[in-house]
Amino acid sequence: MYIKAAAAISPQVSFEQILQSPASYNSNRLNCAEPDYTKLFDARIIRRMSRIIKMGVATAKDCLHQADVQSPGAIITGTAYGCLADTELFLSKMVENKEELLTPTAFIQSTHNTVGAQIALMLKCHNYNNTFVHRGFSFESAMLDAITLLHENAVEDVLVGGVDEITDTSHTLLSRFGLYKQHAFSNLDLYNNHSKGTIAGEGAGFFLLSKKTTGNSYAKLDDMATLYKPSSPGEVAGFVNDFLHRNNIRAGDIGLLVSGENGDAANDKWYADMKKTLFNDTATQAFKHFCGEYPTAPAFALWLAANIMKTGKIPAHKKIKAPGKILIYNHYLTIHHSLYLLSAC
Amino acid sequence: MEKLMADLKRQIIEQLNLKDLKPEDIGDDQPLFVEGLGLDSIDALELIVLLQQEYKIKLASAEEGQSVFRSVRTMAQYITEHQPKTV
Amino acid sequence: MTKPVFITGAGVISAIGNNVQENLAALENGKAGMAKMEYLSSAHKEKLPVAEVKMNNEALAALAGMPAHISRTALLSAIAAKAAIQNAGLESLKGLRSGFISANTVGGMDKTEDFFTDFLSDPQKGRLRNLVHHECGAATELVADVLGIKNYVSTISTACSSSANAVFYAARLIKQNILDIAIAGGTDSLTKFTLNGFNTLMILDQQYCQPFDENRRGLNLGEGAGYVVLVSEKVVQTLKQNPVCTLSGYCNANDAYHQTASSPDGTGSYLAMKGALEQSGLNPADIDYINLHGTGTQNNDIAEGTAIKLLFEGKYPKMSSTKSFTGHTLGASGGIEAVFSVLALQYGLIYPNLRFETQMAALPFAPETIFRKGEKVNHVLSNSFGFGGNCSSLIFSKLQA
Repeated sequence: MYIKAAAAISPQVSFEQILQSPASYNSNRLNCAEPDYTKLFDARIIRRMSRIIKMGVATAKDCLHQADVQSPGAIITGTAYGCLADTELFLSKMVENKEELLTPTAFIQSTHNTVGAQIALMLKCHNYNNTFVHRGFSFESAMLDAITLLHENAVEDVLVGGVDEITDTSHTLLSRFGLYKQHAFSNLDLYNNHSKGTIAGEGAGFFLLSKKTTGNSYAKLDDMATLYKPSSPGEVAGFVNDFLHRNNIRAGDIGLLVSGENGDAANDKWYADMKKTLFNDTATQAFKHFCGEYPTAPAFALWLAANIMKTGKIPAHKKIKAPGKILIYNHYLTIHHSLYLLSAC
Repeated sequence: MEKLMADLKRQIIEQLNLKDLKPEDIGDDQPLFVEGLGLDSIDALELIVLLQQEYKIKLASAEEGQSVFRSVRTMAQYITEHQPKTV
Repeated sequence: MTKPVFITGAGVISAIGNNVQENLAALENGKAGMAKMEYLSSAHKEKLPVAEVKMNNEALAALAGMPAHISRTALLSAIAAKAAIQNAGLESLKGLRSGFISANTVGGMDKTEDFFTDFLSDPQKGRLRNLVHHECGAATELVADVLGIKNYVSTISTACSSSANAVFYAARLIKQNILDIAIAGGTDSLTKFTLNGFNTLMILDQQYCQPFDENRRGLNLGEGAGYVVLVSEKVVQTLKQNPVCTLSGYCNANDAYHQTASSPDGTGSYLAMKGALEQSGLNPADIDYINLHGTGTQNNDIAEGTAIKLLFEGKYPKMSSTKSFTGHTLGASGGIEAVFSVLALQYGLIYPNLRFETQMAALPFAPETIFRKGEKVNHVLSNSFGFGGNCSSLIFSKLQA
């Protein structure tokens, strides 16, 4: 199957910006570079939408526009946290007002499937619509559902995406869990900083997957796999090996490894161990210094890889020619491990 | 009554986040729902809370809102008739 | 014709019982689960009846074999999921590619509410232990780890249709030979967040709900969990018992009308039911019983009823809303009602729609009011519709002898 279109709203303005001069932030929190939504939507349509919903719907719209698709065969969304700002708003009001004088809008919009539902509503699309909310596998679940639908020949194409937002509260709370680095530095120095913690990120990434290509697709999506709670990096190496084997390729066939290091020493050891075992000589491209760490970050990685395939340009390796195959490897907090294999069209 | 209607227009825009409108864009007798201002059932629920919060008036059901929220004028009339006398 | 997916086990916990037997007994005796709020603490205690599982968290934890400080959502899930596996006649899950696909809408919100009360007074306050399982996916993982399921773990959240979507996603993964067996369904616990949320929508009935009644006033919220065990044809051969039924049809369609309200003619509901029928290769006349979404709200029941009227034209199957027993359990409802549908096939049951008095003027049919046993029930349609226009229908079919 093919990635016919790929769109993202992330802390980076565009793929071109990443190639030329990636956005730098002197903070442990990377917020998205958002478009002016009033230019994209009627003010009336977005008046109830919180930031995550606007990000998701705008990204989906961009993706469909690129693919020139009016109404996809299915709309599938992955989000670990859902609509946090609306959830917080309703929850805070509920506590402060002691369960009185509450308004419905924030509650309604806090429902986890709001992004997918709003896309359907905008398109008047009656087709299959699903939302997965499984932590670091939220986007992977959405992708497996999409891939399965295409295998079933149930649909021609699927709009599939991942989206998560940072709010002031979520950042405060995840900081209390010790997830983020506490000293000041630039995101672009993330990997020179082998201390504890990472940087927070957010974003929306949407893709139009199709069985057929019309010739202008970004890339071919060969396969995807997940591994839940491996006991050791050795188990991950076995998982990657099995994945390569089932796709009839060897590690040496991979032209570029897009890999999810986030700057946290203990976390990144898993990547280092896997690379040492299988990809010692493979060119790699990290991505979390561009987008930060968040549960649906693989959607950003897939967008980045799709753009590398399409343009033949690799941000980290200006002199390497276009890779024939890209493998994405990511894990979220060592629990959720995922692989994506892309080929040039 | 005129002042109440002006207040209501401002409050409606604020509560429903109608950023594309100014108070003077809303006619006193313009229907608020569907063909008029284009509000929907969620807005009706928001307006019920607005009445409660700003004017201490509690509607019994969402259905009752249908006649009350026909226009800014019907809202103002309802408020005038039902506002607690102590205010 | 695609490969069939079999259902070999079911587990449930709800306001009308802590296991399948207790639920069946309550359904037979017409005993509703709504009552005055006892376990949830809310300002609306005196006003809004709810359908709670009649156990505190300590008792649930003991039954689940899990710590009592975790979310009630996870405790309910573990109890029903374990029961479903025990009921499935499996030797073990060893050597099988197994999945746990669980839906919920509240996640660990019951604990987050406790946390937030402290946190709002001071951002450094609040026990992180109460927040660590906030995400919907966390409840699923806590239970998957207890069940020992690792191959595939996922969580769906599409409001009130969540667990119907989980059941048929599981079936599709089995058909595509990605899994051999899956435990699928959903869970939700009652929280102040959902109670107050639905209260702002002014669709909560202050009395016990009357689904599909002309004078219906709204819904009662409930809680619980329900799971079915789905297996491939290959696994069926290794079972100690015959499977109960197949999942013969399923469909999700979107109403694409409004974020919360259903379209007046129930477009999404119609498309979901029609799609499920097409997939099963059945005609409307083959359906013996419809387990309605039937929440008791003005909007749902007329939309769902109108869609049924159009699709079944003149020959209406027996139907009822078991939410008149369990309340509306949101993310769990599709799972609980899948279990009730499977039991209806297994024992030839038709469930009553409690408290029904007056037929809806716009509909040419009325729900069943008495419990029937030993009926011919070969095909059951179960409806689950949610916010965001998310409409799902499942069809369960008895195995042909």
